[in-house]
Amino acid sequence: MFFLVDPFFYEIVISGLLAGVMYALVALGFVLIFKASGIFNFAQGVLALFAALTLVGFQTGQIPFAHLLSVFGLHATHWGAGFPTVIALLFSLLVMIGLAWLIVQIVLKPLVNQEGIILFMATIGLAYVLEGVGDLMWGANVKMLDVGLPEGPSEFILDTTDMFIDKLEISAAVVAIVLVTVLTLFSAYTKMGRALRAVADDHQAALSVGISLETIWWIVWSVSGIVALVAGVMWGAKSGVQFSLSLIALKALPVLMLGGFTSIPGAIVGGLMIGLGEKLFEFYVGPMIGGATENWFAYMLALLFLLFRPQGLFGEKIIERV
Amino acid sequence: MSDTNKMAVAESVSDRRFGEPIMEMKNITMRFGGVIAIQDISFDILQGEIRAIIGPNGAGKSSMLNVINGFYHPQEGEIWFGGEKRSPMKPYQIAYQGIARTFQNIALFKGMSTLDNIMTGRFTHMKTNIFSQVLWRGAAEKEEHENREIVEKVIDFLEIQSIRKTEVGKLPYGLQKRVELGRALAAEPKLLLLDEPMAGMNVEEKEDMSRFILDVNDEFGTTVALIEHDMGVVMDIADRVVVMDYGKKIGDDTPENILKNQAVIDAYLGVAND
Repeated sequence: MFFLVDPFFYEIVISGLLAGVMYALVALGFVLIFKASGIFNFAQGVLALFAALTLVGFQTGQIPFAHLLSVFGLHATHWGAGFPTVIALLFSLLVMIGLAWLIVQIVLKPLVNQEGIILFMATIGLAYVLEGVGDLMWGANVKMLDVGLPEGPSEFILDTTDMFIDKLEISAAVVAIVLVTVLTLFSAYTKMGRALRAVADDHQAALSVGISLETIWWIVWSVSGIVALVAGVMWGAKSGVQFSLSLIALKALPVLMLGGFTSIPGAIVGGLMIGLGEKLFEFYVGPMIGGATENWFAYMLALLFLLFRPQGLFGEKIIERV
Repeated sequence: MSDTNKMAVAESVSDRRFGEPIMEMKNITMRFGGVIAIQDISFDILQGEIRAIIGPNGAGKSSMLNVINGFYHPQEGEIWFGGEKRSPMKPYQIAYQGIARTFQNIALFKGMSTLDNIMTGRFTHMKTNIFSQVLWRGAAEKEEHENREIVEKVIDFLEIQSIRKTEVGKLPYGLQKRVELGRALAAEPKLLLLDEPMAGMNVEEKEDMSRFILDVNDEFGTTVALIEHDMGVVMDIADRVVVMDYGKKIGDDTPENILKNQAVIDAYLGVAND
């Protein structure tokens, strides 16, 4: 076991795990909606993008729909210096909650009692609409996002252990832990937990016992909108707010296949496994097969899981009566 | 219910436990596009009675139940519940009014246990909200325990203790129907709506279900409105019967008199295919 004494190995492990936390953040949003509505929300990545765009917009004092307004002769693009980060975050939060309400009213409500696949198609539509609206509102240019989180290598860790660990990734881990704790607290509330599962199982029956679908959906989409905001902020701070941010949703897919679509702990463990596996594979196996393994490793791992354990590590076993 | 009691019902509808009308449907008309599912129907449901709605397939029985339940909003007519005119409501609000129901094609939460399914029936009685869970868990837990006690009583009543923890998707059909009844009972409804509670059951299961319905009605005084195809069952348990055909009401009487009603015989009982 030559690599166990290599300090570089630990650096890879830690940075792999921290990258995994970032994946898990995105996967969490998927799990929340899937658990509560049986919908695979294709728009989750775009939600993260939209949230990050909105945050930057508020921070920098952009006027929404500036391009559209210029048609009417209003050529200003900024209304001022923008809000402080905390205020901007708060407003973005409200925007995400409002957006969740709109999604429920416009997309979900007319589709009550429809098959999961139809709702899935609706979320694909939603993804494109949101991307378009995001573009129209805030512009398509790449933006920097600075929410005041520490960045760069942590000197403390560098001095004591000789490892390069990005402070931003440590912050991401802390944020993720807080987020998961709060979510777990909420989901331990059995009455709401049952209501969520009831809505996912049968719309009519849920209504008949007094559960308001709209309220449940609004809560769920708001929460996953807030998770998207967190994911958008962390990813945006790491690599800038640009439209490719919506593609991080693709990385969440293998995470979900590993962890299971219905498990919050599964999303975390799945994310960590993908992050860790990716980095280790890239470092130790990559050079032998020409590198660039990070692009496909996660998907290959997911494929193996699909073959041997399709419900994922923590997912509910799929039982189909015939 | 004993036979003598049944006879008494036949003689006088207004005797013993029947009170004021709990629900009155006044000139209800329900159209889907050009199709008239319910045409100008009026009837009432008295406090404490078992009211049956019968009729051939496509007569509009289920539509009527969906109107009572708030899934459908009739274009014309008034619905009075508990002595008050009901304004158009969403289905989940109707549940808060004290109307619970079962469905023709069992609508259970298949992935959940029997216990959890019946616990969802307590939803309207649970008052804590999602934020109180985080701020003060004690309240939510206490409420959970209190409601669990009522659910256990329902489970005992329906004799389904042995399947308490079983996922309902795995249960046989007859038991699923019973769990669904349990979920509706857990709500302690003022009015219990049953959409074909015995459809697809064998004789033994039908007898069990009839007994449960009569017991619910007898012991808790729950008013029941049910749709049923099996005339034998209807004759046995119903106090009064509404007969529908092609969206119209063609009879409204005690079961004994309904059997003698010529319009009913022509439209429904006389048809050999049922």
